Amino acid sequence: MNAVAKLGLKQRYSLLTRGLDWEPSYQSKSAIYPYAEFEGIKIHDWSKWEDPFRLTMDAYWKFQAEKERKLYAVLDSFAQNNGQMGLTDARYVNAVKLFLTGVSPLEYQAHRGFAHVGRHIPGVGPRVAAQMQSLDELRHVQTQIHTLSHYNKFFDGLHEFPHMHDRVWYLSVPKSFFDDARTAGPFEYFIAIGFAFEYVLTNLLFVPFMSGAAYNGDLATVTFGFSAQSDESRHMTLGIEVIKFLLEQDPDNLPIVQKWVDKWFWRGHRVLGLVAMMMDYMLPKKIMSWREAWEIYFTEAGGSLFQDLSRYGLRVPKYADVATAEADHISHQNWAVFYQYTHAAGFHTWLPSAEEMDWLSEKYPTTFDKYYRPRFEMWGEMAKEGKRFYNNALPQLCTTCQIPMAYTEPGDPTTISFRHSHYKGDTYHFCSDGCKDIFDNEPEKYSQSWLPVHQIFQGNCGGASVEEVLKWYRLNLGADNLDQAGSPDQAQWDAWMEARRRVAG
Amino acid sequence: MAVVALEKDYADKVEIRDRVENFHGNIVVYLHWEEHLSFCSAVAFPFPPSMPFGALLAEILPTYYGAHPDFAAIDWAAVRWTVDGNDVTPDPEKSLADHGVGHKSLIRFWTPGLHGYRGSFS
Repeated sequence: MNAVAKLGLKQRYSLLTRGLDWEPSYQSKSAIYPYAEFEGIKIHDWSKWEDPFRLTMDAYWKFQAEKERKLYAVLDSFAQNNGQMGLTDARYVNAVKLFLTGVSPLEYQAHRGFAHVGRHIPGVGPRVAAQMQSLDELRHVQTQIHTLSHYNKFFDGLHEFPHMHDRVWYLSVPKSFFDDARTAGPFEYFIAIGFAFEYVLTNLLFVPFMSGAAYNGDLATVTFGFSAQSDESRHMTLGIEVIKFLLEQDPDNLPIVQKWVDKWFWRGHRVLGLVAMMMDYMLPKKIMSWREAWEIYFTEAGGSLFQDLSRYGLRVPKYADVATAEADHISHQNWAVFYQYTHAAGFHTWLPSAEEMDWLSEKYPTTFDKYYRPRFEMWGEMAKEGKRFYNNALPQLCTTCQIPMAYTEPGDPTTISFRHSHYKGDTYHFCSDGCKDIFDNEPEKYSQSWLPVHQIFQGNCGGASVEEVLKWYRLNLGADNLDQAGSPDQAQWDAWMEARRRVAG
Repeated sequence: MAVVALEKDYADKVEIRDRVENFHGNIVVYLHWEEHLSFCSAVAFPFPPSMPFGALLAEILPTYYGAHPDFAAIDWAAVRWTVDGNDVTPDPEKSLADHGVGHKSLIRFWTPGLHGYRGSFS
């Protein structure tokens, strides 16, 4: 017998990733892969799948272990050196709170989603890729929790993030986004998360948070960002391979895929409105405006991507033009939502300072001074008179994205955009044509939406008063919520800075 | 269009979560003061359909919109009202239902001459 001393890379890769399947003898293929056909996607030849990353499982473990070692060394040093003292300002921590409660649980959802897809896709190539991504996502949620647990020792609002993710009104926005994807078929999930989110929109999530962390002295977050980066680039490559593969396999796949691209682009755009607000309002030291980020990462990068995909007949997502026009408004509109509902949020809010408003005027020359500066100035005057502005009623929510219906008509920032549909004798309300279209395509699904405001009215959220509901969310009232000024977080930060000044003499 | 689902009878098994029966005798009513976007969106309430429109005017509006400096200046006789897009003239004695307000109806009102803080629609 001739034993091969050392296999070539290609040979080794092939042996470790191909031929692992078998032909079933006593079960039908459709019984083993029950999710493979109902979405209408036609695949003729799974062997045409090109693995974007020629990575085998043994190499995967080795790479990931090395990254973990580096990450945890940095985290230890961050903790030992009181890294939180190096932040630009205590306000920054609110971006971390939003990330931990809103984004980290999505990593776990992504882990579950890819594990499911990895089980149910009949082709062996994408099954291996989905399995690796599933493990990546599990690693990401773990490293994020470990990293951010340091802040939990010193700041409020981080203590109950999984509980809050499942209950708090604004966290139903990212939660329902992933619930929607995970309850879709495996191919839609692949397009929703692998392509629309990981490929088209992910830079708009990770670059702002990671650059924002770097600019604001949060070395811990920067480090887990770096540690996730090589995974993310693999996920992006998987996302683009999925869409090309589906479109190359059968021309009948195009209209189905196009509808998913349209839907998930719009859903992703709505979720990213939280990032828009974080960039423009929550970072003490700004990186760039949301509008600039949108231009670079969607208009330019997305533009050339869809140019490339046009050879398959795929077009730019529907309402991309509306989303681009909204880039001048959404961060301001979202921050206004949180400012007036600050009593019901798990992080603090504030009004932009005079310098920050000048920065916003410069970045949003056609909209900020006209529509949004007066709003903040009015609230500033009211606060000065001791009448800080709160909205004491609960907001109307969009049935699809679950965000308060705060967005304005395309082309008319003075009028709320109201859309509605009728289904089985009931009325459903939407913030936009994009959200209405999604409902109209699948009213069976979205008529089951768990809308936090309606759930409160139905008596399912701990009680009828705001205080009872917030306790049911496990918010520590007076600590986690309300203005940054006067919060325990701010008081502690001020004491630290004062002590540092005394020491410096 | 038929729903795309693994389960053949999926559409028949759907439980509509916000059926009026789930609101303990109330209906959900949305209210929106136009041109005053410091109130970020329409606001939602569970009201009995028999509630007189006058209670909305006398209790609900001042409680939830009274903080706005324009509120005291509203000329109530001149206000334009719509319920689900249809113009209505409120009768304080009559019920919400009498005004065509049903489950998940949207009531919008415009206050002539008032366009928000310094005319900014805020």
